[in-house]
Amino acid sequence: MKLNQAKEQELKELCRTLRIDALRAIYQRGSGHAGGSLSVCEIMAALYFEELHVRPSDPDWPERDRVVLCKGHAAPMLYAALSRRGFFPPEEMSTLRHLDSRLQGHPCAGKTPGVDATTGPLGLGLSFALGLALSLRLNGSAARVYAILGDGELNEGTVWEACMAAAKYRAENLCAILDWNGVQLDGTTEEIMPMGDTEAKFRSFGWHTILCDGHDIAALTEALAEARTVRGQPTILLARTIKGKGVSFMEGRNTWHGKVIDSDSFAAAMAELGGVV
Amino acid sequence: MGKSIRAAYGEALVRCGTENGNIVVLDADVSSSTQSCLFAKAYPQRFFNMGIAEANMTAVAAGLAAAGKIPFVNTFAVFLTSIGLAPARLFGSYSQLPIKLAGAYGGLSDAFDGPSHHALEDIAVMRTLPGFEVYVPCDAVQTEWVTRHAAASPKATYLRLSRDVFPEVYQEGESFESGKGRVVREGTDATVVACGLMVGNALKAAELLAQEGIYLRVVDMFCIKPIDRDLILRCAKETRAIVSAEEHSVAGGLGGAVAEVLAQEGAGVPMGFVGMQDCHAESAPYAELQKKYRLDAPAIAQAVREALSR
Repeated sequence: MKLNQAKEQELKELCRTLRIDALRAIYQRGSGHAGGSLSVCEIMAALYFEELHVRPSDPDWPERDRVVLCKGHAAPMLYAALSRRGFFPPEEMSTLRHLDSRLQGHPCAGKTPGVDATTGPLGLGLSFALGLALSLRLNGSAARVYAILGDGELNEGTVWEACMAAAKYRAENLCAILDWNGVQLDGTTEEIMPMGDTEAKFRSFGWHTILCDGHDIAALTEALAEARTVRGQPTILLARTIKGKGVSFMEGRNTWHGKVIDSDSFAAAMAELGGVV
Repeated sequence: MGKSIRAAYGEALVRCGTENGNIVVLDADVSSSTQSCLFAKAYPQRFFNMGIAEANMTAVAAGLAAAGKIPFVNTFAVFLTSIGLAPARLFGSYSQLPIKLAGAYGGLSDAFDGPSHHALEDIAVMRTLPGFEVYVPCDAVQTEWVTRHAAASPKATYLRLSRDVFPEVYQEGESFESGKGRVVREGTDATVVACGLMVGNALKAAELLAQEGIYLRVVDMFCIKPIDRDLILRCAKETRAIVSAEEHSVAGGLGGAVAEVLAQEGAGVPMGFVGMQDCHAESAPYAELQKKYRLDAPAIAQAVREALSR
């Protein structure tokens, strides 16, 4: 599915809005994870505005495709995408991490319209996504499951347990997407825990792998379309991204994993993104 | 010899699967131990052998539940409630998905395999998780009931099962109620609140004490959560001492749950705790372990005498 230019332009513009929404919510609350939210922006846009079969007016529609944000700390970007897709009003973004809000620090299914999986502790999301995929298959449903992994999260052994099991059960309705930004909380992924040849690892575990630029909407939608055609095995998109993408002084910096955004930084970020302070 | 708890569970699971096509079963490569192999044979399409990967298994179960299945998750209690704890907390407790965790080989029942395989903290761990119900059946009849109850309930549930044969306490077809303990022997002097294996041991202790003119009430508290507060308080009014008896650490399990009720209500009766006294056991025959670690009928009788003398 090749995106036409007008659509691609529209989604690029949308990504600018999503970045502004997510950063504003984090800034207003003085808490939240900017770096990993920014890196997953185009992935969210490609999913919610092109790939997924969902019904914002009927968020629990049984035949909907599911998204499991395994790297739950990127919740602000998930919420931005959901609200702009119509699951809840964008104004609600300002309640992020506030008392009595539907927008928890990490995604909570049942609390936020459109959130399919409760996540936060890293390493459990892919297993949950596999369970969903098996459940949907037993139900005879054509719905697909998308699991968005962080690359620091690959340190968790359960991710590889899930990989083995997904291959065993030939979960072709499961598509993982690696937000491969190369930076985790304490430093780069190479410094903290070198993963070696990540693609070869997934391939050897029995997965179909697709490499793509995680900030190129057209490339992402093409890769997602390819994943739909894969039979007899799960697929992972290894999406090369930049942590903090879109805000120059945050890009590639582990310090912006979860740092509070001060007012000067927020103003500078808005200036770059064309947002109002 | 009656039926082992694990056999009663395995057979009940098959019956649940027959009645409800949404029941699915997962195991971590110990299905012949847990007896989930019976379900695997009957309904292979709804059985998932997840290999020796308990955390993944429990999280996969939660995903299955999220799209309408009722998953029973099987492995040894000690591994399920430690390695499987993170997904149990996130998905079963916080996210309120109806996962059914069946902890096989509870207590010291995997006696010969030793302390690495004994489960002595599982009740304490699981009852702290908001939303979870916790059951410890005391015989085969009750095991069938708790299994059926778990299958029908929308709650996340922990079943603490056993490898062994327990003495028959109930007649075939007996029915129970969640949150309601059962007085299985009337008595007026002291009460033992027991669960699982210890119900049978407490009934034997009651015989021993009767010879001394001490009349012991025995309560089967098979439902640890929600706990039957009213029954505990009634026993505190009607008898002079309460002794908890469990095949579990005395910290945080049934004894802890009973003590919380008594303390909160200011019931003020002396209490004794029969269980593992902040220690691990060892490899040995099951009966010898119960004797050495003071879980048998004479130990319960002694704890009752001591509580009554305070």
